Amino acid sequence: MTEMQTIYLLIPLAPLLGAVIAGLLGWKIGREWSHRVTIGLMWVSFGLAVAVFFDVLKGNIHNGSVYTWITSGDTRFEIGFLIDRLSALMMVVVTFVSLMVHIYTIGYMHDDPGYQRFFSYISLFTFSMLMLVMSNNFLQLFFGWEAVGLVSYLLIGFWYTRPTAIYANLKAFLVNRVGDFGFLLGIALVLMYFGTLDYAAVFAQGPEMAKKTIEILPGKPWMLMSAICILLFVGAMGKSAQFPLHVWLPDSMEGPTPISALIHAATMVTAGIFMVARMSPLYELSDTALSVVMVIGAITALFMALIAIVQNDIKRVVAYSTLSQLGYMTVALGASAYAAGIFHLMTHAFFKAVLFLGAGSVIIAMHHEQDMRRMGGLRKYMPITYATVLVGALASAGVPGFSGFFSKDAIIEAVHFSRLPGSGFAYFAVLGTVFVTALYTFRLLFMAFHGKPRMDHHTEEHLHESPWVVTVPLVLLAIPSVAAGWVIGPVLFGDYFGSAIAVSAQHNGMALMAEEFHGIVAMMLHALQTLPFWFAMAGIAAAWYLYIKRPDLPAVIKNRAGILYTILDRKYGFDDFNDWFFAGGTRRIGTGLWKIGDVGVIDGLMVNGSARMVGWFSLVMRHLQTGRIYHYAFSMIIGVFVLLTVWFNRG
Amino acid sequence: MLVGFPLLSLVTWLPIAFGVAVLATGGDENAPNARKLALIGSVLGFVVALPLYAGFDLLASGMQFIEKAPWIERFNVNYHLGIDGISLLLILLNSFTTPLVVIAGWKVIQERVAQYMGAFLIMSGVINGVFAALDAILFYVFWEATLIPMFLIIGVWGGPNRVYAAVKFFLYTLLGSLLMLVAFIYLFHQSGGSFSILDYHKLPIPLPAQILIFLAFLAAFAVKVPMWPVHTWLPDAHVEAPTGGSVVLAAILLKLGGYGFLRFSLPITPDASHALSGFMIALSLIAIVYIGLVALVQADMKKLIAYSSVSHMGFVTLGFFIFNAYGVEGAMIQMISHGFISGALFLCVGVMYDRLHSRLIADYGGVVNKMPMFATFFMLFAMANSGLPGTSGFVGEFMVIMGAVKANFWYAFAAALTLIFGAAYTLWMYKRVVFGAVANAHVEELDDIGVREFLVLALLALAVLAMGVYPLPFTEALHTSVNELLAHVAQSKL
Repeated sequence: MTEMQTIYLLIPLAPLLGAVIAGLLGWKIGREWSHRVTIGLMWVSFGLAVAVFFDVLKGNIHNGSVYTWITSGDTRFEIGFLIDRLSALMMVVVTFVSLMVHIYTIGYMHDDPGYQRFFSYISLFTFSMLMLVMSNNFLQLFFGWEAVGLVSYLLIGFWYTRPTAIYANLKAFLVNRVGDFGFLLGIALVLMYFGTLDYAAVFAQGPEMAKKTIEILPGKPWMLMSAICILLFVGAMGKSAQFPLHVWLPDSMEGPTPISALIHAATMVTAGIFMVARMSPLYELSDTALSVVMVIGAITALFMALIAIVQNDIKRVVAYSTLSQLGYMTVALGASAYAAGIFHLMTHAFFKAVLFLGAGSVIIAMHHEQDMRRMGGLRKYMPITYATVLVGALASAGVPGFSGFFSKDAIIEAVHFSRLPGSGFAYFAVLGTVFVTALYTFRLLFMAFHGKPRMDHHTEEHLHESPWVVTVPLVLLAIPSVAAGWVIGPVLFGDYFGSAIAVSAQHNGMALMAEEFHGIVAMMLHALQTLPFWFAMAGIAAAWYLYIKRPDLPAVIKNRAGILYTILDRKYGFDDFNDWFFAGGTRRIGTGLWKIGDVGVIDGLMVNGSARMVGWFSLVMRHLQTGRIYHYAFSMIIGVFVLLTVWFNRG
Repeated sequence: MLVGFPLLSLVTWLPIAFGVAVLATGGDENAPNARKLALIGSVLGFVVALPLYAGFDLLASGMQFIEKAPWIERFNVNYHLGIDGISLLLILLNSFTTPLVVIAGWKVIQERVAQYMGAFLIMSGVINGVFAALDAILFYVFWEATLIPMFLIIGVWGGPNRVYAAVKFFLYTLLGSLLMLVAFIYLFHQSGGSFSILDYHKLPIPLPAQILIFLAFLAAFAVKVPMWPVHTWLPDAHVEAPTGGSVVLAAILLKLGGYGFLRFSLPITPDASHALSGFMIALSLIAIVYIGLVALVQADMKKLIAYSSVSHMGFVTLGFFIFNAYGVEGAMIQMISHGFISGALFLCVGVMYDRLHSRLIADYGGVVNKMPMFATFFMLFAMANSGLPGTSGFVGEFMVIMGAVKANFWYAFAAALTLIFGAAYTLWMYKRVVFGAVANAHVEELDDIGVREFLVLALLALAVLAMGVYPLPFTEALHTSVNELLAHVAQSKL
């Protein structure tokens, strides 16, 4: 094993070790040492990830196996790493955000009895996520995929005595399993046609498979690539919470806030985006799949943003914002702007983590009050939190200069260039979402931090800025929330991703954009003449007017909008439908099969004849059960042997 | 290493000898001695099985560790033992499970201790005999002999409705295996007077006869597995059986059915197997989906796990009848893994039952508050039962689904539904039992697991994780045997 291979191995194993120590020995080493050990090992992981990142920049790409998982037939299923510019970038983002969240947790979970358990879980999560992004094959991808789902399940249900939390975690796991169901079938088709699950080998065979058709429905040939890519995308829809599998993410806010930031905003939910970008050599072969991806992403971006406007729970606003931003990333993938999708993934990881952790800071100060209607005027009590959330909001709304502006503008442009079916709708949706995003983001900012305080007197007296373990990560995350966008030139329009992402010649939107790109200042100046900028400004202005200037208006609009408001408030009715149709339906079918099938037909009709015999038998049994029947019975075993031997050998 | 040493006989008869010795300790005044002797016997049983793996030649085809001696010469019946990779893994699983059952019953069983422990030891040896037998009559004797100890375990140490359940179990399985005996007698005549299973493998048989033989075997094996629709004895048997009985029933006895398909149905009647594969696959998929839904609505934890077993065993029969390496090896891995997981889940229910004397989900809630260590183990096994990657539960399901898609996309589609249903019934149960606030005064009084319970669950947890992370040693043991079997099944015997 070379030195670099040892480093690759250490990056995921360090947090795993931390998880094991905090999980199994946490009760013994205590709270202090639990966070020292896990955070220390996170530093190791982060430091090495940065080192690997610079190593990869020098052109050192690695693709190799660690060990053989199984062999079956002629296939070897292996565990291995692919370290290229895509995974190296993801490793840095994951370990950095995770490290920040580890530190923040010291403050946020300070009084929680499950302190050690929490550190164990978030380190375990980091391990799983790293295994996912570092994988060089579909099997390990699926392993990481499900493992992050497990940790997400454990963390949403972290406060396991709360009925809402344990409802939400079951829901999250099951909805994700629906996605994984498609994902696994996609993997199965890959294995069947390509004979391997190794990325490099699969991608190499891609072009010759492009023309192949399969008949999933007899007599209806279908492009193999479309089938595979859409099935894989179903997995992404689950993990990255795309419509209609988005329903679990808002409820996941039942988990502690650091988790919402780490897992349900910055890292895990972006796994689907990462996966599609990783599979770009396959997706490029199917316009149908790309169209599906783009339309689903556009629906998610627009319709989830609309819900965010009517939410009053500060975390839920951020949660719906996350859904909408994930939609943006998905749209980018559909437009073959994989680099832009990953770029937005990165900027979003920073500014969304700021928004979540800022919301968490507010929640601590408010003594676990999350309703924005009982906040207001927090600006003067929590200046650092306010400043960082403001940065996050500006980035989220896409104000020029902030990171979100660059990545979002690139996506909107890319969709504009796309010629795939559905791109017209997608363009309309992403443009409209700009206005809605600015509106709900600044609504949050104004409701929480501006205006008159609306909390009770007692709470107001105790308001104060959070401790340094909370504010330092906020500030450290706020810096890239501004600056991360400035590297757009080399990342998007240079050749940063190189061979890690493939784009075919006919999906050349990104290339055209690169020709028009003349540096970030020019891009900002140019933006002033484009629709997205004015939409964002309009959104901010509308939020200002409604929540600062005329705070009486929203109630009026709510009453006037009536049915529209109800639709948004009920989240388009998905939860009610799923509860009734899927959760209720399967239970009704299950009961029917059991009562009618098993108890009625099989036992009732078919075994009925023997049931009478059973009655007779038990009568006999009752008489025999008086003495030492077991002794006789055991001798039966021996007896059978003896009898057979004697009987057959008698002649 | 030990050329010519009758290792398989030792593996078979040592537990039986210890079982008889345990019985001889007599009444409950000698219970401590009975327990200790049983523990020594069961651990020794596992230890003597280990050289089988160490000395097993992974690349050699055919049977290994062969022993052969005439038994009933008039009918050419031989005491003929031998194993391939398939039987090797099942013998190891069985020998591994027996000590766990003994330890699990240490405190709980206070009446007729010697008989209880003796029954499990004898059963363990007899089951090893089933997996090692290469003579049809010897096989049949061992096969039927497994019924007696299990019948008694349910009938004597079982719950209130134990007699009904024991008799249902006995009748179901006995009636099934009688047809198998008829098939053996037919094959004896066809083969010109041989009871050697290996001879039957080579014997050409016309298709109509193959189909009849296949169906006769099916009657025996389908009941054991159990396949839908002959599965209804299993939930009843589990509910009434004591914990140890449930563990052995789920972990080992069901595997006799699966083993039967591989040793008899596929190689003896390959053409019938192919001809009827659609039928077998349909039954398997019904088991996976239908039973998965039925499991969802069970109110009794043991019933739920029993139905879950039927659903998981559906993967085994599905894997067999798609006739490719992924499927058959996956099915074998699934059998071993199911042995660990279902055994562990029944032990978990047993841990709670010992404390509250209820198996009903509704009687629990918030167990984690009182038993955090137990809840952690239970979580691991629940996740393994849901097929989470990194646990053994994933490996077999993954391989069978990979194999099924080769046969037909929709087979894989239906089988993969278990990803959703399996997680739904397992985790929903877990949620209602373990999570939440303390539900009632009884739960309030629970204490966490003790050293013995910890030991048993920890061993199983290690097995589940090890097999999930590094299953290669298991598939390697199977490789040669499965390839040989598949090559054999691909050839027509008409």
